[in-house]
Amino acid sequence: MEYTREELLICAIARMLDGCRNIAVGTASPIPGSAALLVQAISNGAAKASILGSNIHNPFNDGGPELFDRAGQGRVDAFFLGGGQIDGEGNINLVSTGHYPEPDTRFPGSFGSGYLYFTVPRVILFREEHSRRVFVKKVDFISAPGWSPPDVYRPGGPYALITSLCIFIYDKKRHRFRLDGLLPGVTLEEVHDNTGFDFDYPDHIGPVVPPEPDRVDLIRSRIAGEIAETYPKFARDRLGWNG
Amino acid sequence: MSVPETYLSTDEIASSIPDGALIGVPKEDGGVSMEITRALIRRKARRLRLLTVPVSSIQADMLIGAGCVAEIETSGVSMGEFGYAPHFRRAVENGDILIRDATCPALYAELQASEKGTPFMPLRGILGSDILANRPDWKTIDNPMADGGGDPVVLLPAARPDFAIFHAPFGDRHGNVWVGARRECVLLAHASAETLVTVEEIWDGNLMEDQHMLAGTIPPIYVGAVAYAPRGAWPLSLPGSYERDGEHLKSYLTAAKSKDGFAAYLDRYVFSKEGAA
Repeated sequence: MEYTREELLICAIARMLDGCRNIAVGTASPIPGSAALLVQAISNGAAKASILGSNIHNPFNDGGPELFDRAGQGRVDAFFLGGGQIDGEGNINLVSTGHYPEPDTRFPGSFGSGYLYFTVPRVILFREEHSRRVFVKKVDFISAPGWSPPDVYRPGGPYALITSLCIFIYDKKRHRFRLDGLLPGVTLEEVHDNTGFDFDYPDHIGPVVPPEPDRVDLIRSRIAGEIAETYPKFARDRLGWNG
Repeated sequence: MSVPETYLSTDEIASSIPDGALIGVPKEDGGVSMEITRALIRRKARRLRLLTVPVSSIQADMLIGAGCVAEIETSGVSMGEFGYAPHFRRAVENGDILIRDATCPALYAELQASEKGTPFMPLRGILGSDILANRPDWKTIDNPMADGGGDPVVLLPAARPDFAIFHAPFGDRHGNVWVGARRECVLLAHASAETLVTVEEIWDGNLMEDQHMLAGTIPPIYVGAVAYAPRGAWPLSLPGSYERDGEHLKSYLTAAKSKDGFAAYLDRYVFSKEGAA
C-alpha cells in the first residue's frame, strides 16, 4: 500500500500511544493531534483525545487550569512537546538562543512544558525540522529538563523524539536518545550529519515500521475530517482532505 | 436592548487605567478585550505591566509595539499558526521590555494564591529549569509534609493584578457579566483588585437570578466597570459568537514588519476610531 510521510508519522505516533487513556495535544500540533484522534477512533471509547483548540475533541469544561490539574493528578497519560532547541539529554528550549535574558533569537515561550514534562508519563517530542540548529549538544535555555535527580518528584518525562528523518527512543536510565528507526530513504549518516548531539544506535538500524493499511484507510476516511476542525489547512494540504 | 446607563465607554475605561498598572489578560480564545486594548493605545498608556493568563498573541504584541508595556510575565507570546509575535520578539531581543518567563500552570497558581489571599501556592515540576533559575521571586522548599525530608517543591508568590481586563459574551443592567465556561476569567477577576469588562451583548434580565447562567456569571462585587463593545474581541474570536479573523491577523503581521507599516495600521484601526458607545 502506498502511503505518505504524514500517514507514516501518524501511525508511528499512534503505536507509541498504545494503552494510553487520556491523550492531550497542545498548540500547533496537527500530526500528533491526528495520531491522538486515530488512537481514540480505534480504542472503542477507551482512549480520549484532547485537542487544544478543538470544540469537539475536548473533554474539559473548567477553564485553562483543568488540563494541568488533571496532569498533576496523574490523569493525563501522554502529551506532545516541541522545541526551538532539543539536546541529547532531552532538555528542551522554547525560550531563546544566546544568552538569556538578552537573546539572539527569542522564541514564543515555555508554555506548559515546565510542568507537563514532569507530570505526564509519556511525553513525545515532535520536531519535524531535523537540523543541527534544532538538535544541539546543549540547549541555551532549559524550559524543561529531560531528567531530574532522584529526590525530585517526577513521574513524567520524554518517551521518544520524532523528526522528519527518524525516530529516537529516550533511555530514561542513561538520559540519552537511541535511534529506533529511519524514515524511508534516510541513512544513518544523514542523521549523524544533521544531529548536534551524540546518540546511541544498534548495529543494524531498520526503517520505521510502515503504517497499518487499515489505519491508513481510517486516516483518509475519518481522521482527516476530524483534525480539519482544528487544522483545516493541514488537513487539506497534507492529508488530502477535501471536505 | 438599550445600553445600561451605568456602562462606560471603552475610552473611559482605558483612562481609568493609570500608567504603570499591572493588568491581567486572558489567552487569545479566552475573551480578549481588543477594544480596551485599542483604547489603551489611543490614550498612549505607558509602562504597563502585563500578566498574560497564561499566554497571549496580538493583544500583547500590539501593546508592546505601541510602546505601552514595560514588563511582561508570560508563558508565551505567539501568533500561533501565523508565526512569531513580531513586536514581542523584537522587544525582548533588544532588551526594550523586562520579561519574566513562566510556565502556564505557575501563572494560574499565582492567581489562585491571590484568590485565596494566601502568600503563595506550591506547584510540582519547574525544578532544574532555567525558568526557575531566572525567577528569584519563586522559591523552593522541601515538602514539609513528607516523611524523612527531601522532596523539593516550588512556591509561587500570589499575583494580584491591579486590573483584570477581558471581553465577555453578556452583561446585564445590574452590573453582572457572564463568561460561561471561561473559568480562567473568573479566576482572574477573583485574584485582581478590580475587573474591567467589555461585553458583546446586553442580557435582558438579571444573570444572577437565572439558574442557567448563574455559574458562568461574575457579580458586580468584582466588576469595576463595563462597556458595551460588539465584536470587542475582534480580530480574535469570541467562542460561541465569532471565529477569529485570520485574514486580518495576517495583514497585521505584514504591517508589523516595518515601523511605517505598523504606524499606518494603528492609524487605520486604532487612532481613527473612537471607542464603542
